[in-house]
Amino acid sequence: MVNPTVQGKQYPATAPYLVGREKIREFAHAVKSNSPVNLDLFAAQAAGYADLVAPPTFAVVIQERSLATVLADPEAAIDFSRVVHGDQRFIYVRPIVAGDELTSVLTVASVKSLGAHSMVTFETKIFDIAQELVCTAISTLVVRGDE
Amino acid sequence: MSIKFDSLEVGQEIGKLEFHLTRDSLVRYAGASGDFNPIHYRDDIAAAVGLPGVLAHGMLTMGAAVQVAVNWIGDSGRVLDYQVRFTKPVVVHPTEGAVLVVSGKIGALDAESQTARVDISAQFNDTAVLGKAQAVVRI
Repeated sequence: MVNPTVQGKQYPATAPYLVGREKIREFAHAVKSNSPVNLDLFAAQAAGYADLVAPPTFAVVIQERSLATVLADPEAAIDFSRVVHGDQRFIYVRPIVAGDELTSVLTVASVKSLGAHSMVTFETKIFDIAQELVCTAISTLVVRGDE
Repeated sequence: MSIKFDSLEVGQEIGKLEFHLTRDSLVRYAGASGDFNPIHYRDDIAAAVGLPGVLAHGMLTMGAAVQVAVNWIGDSGRVLDYQVRFTKPVVVHPTEGAVLVVSGKIGALDAESQTARVDISAQFNDTAVLGKAQAVVRI
């Protein structure tokens, strides 16, 4: 079971993550994107962006860094081997582009019990170097209890 | 290509894509995303935790499925909001892989914000693997 008292707990901001052009291309290939703004610098600039645009689910890479701090937190007591991804959402203020330096701040939005299982919802706010909000990532993990 | 907001209708189909996911796809996604959970590449570990086989990352399915909306709008930076529920696993056979069939249609239109909600269907073996898969795009 996940410790219900971590509901509302906020974790410290992660170290800045520098979004690289080749990382965006690598991620785009991995999610089978052939969107020119993800792959071709000229296409991205012609569409009005400063640099290559990250695919819509790229923010998971940043979310994951915050999530790692929660999974390592003995107070939260989350057994990663029992975790199943329940749902995921990304709400963008603006797209992530290459050159962005991003940090994230995660809050445990809720902890619920569902029989032997726990459902934990995390809200991760992703900020750029000017401390402007870029994206809010919301993720629910289902932690399976003993059957 | 530019889409005219006034030409759009709720219920309109915007496209269909098929993805052949192989074990190579999963290894590539693991490396690109940093999610190295072994249930996505090791049969023995998948079996040990009671899974029917090696599974695709839910986030790979989510990332591939949105391409139907991205291809339609022509610019991934126009995706403002994207959400899914993971309802069924995609089991990726070691030699055959798995075929993911994705389609999208317009679920709602908002004239004030000039946005469309694209409702996405993702199927594996004729079964929906994502629930409430919705992408809001700026037209």
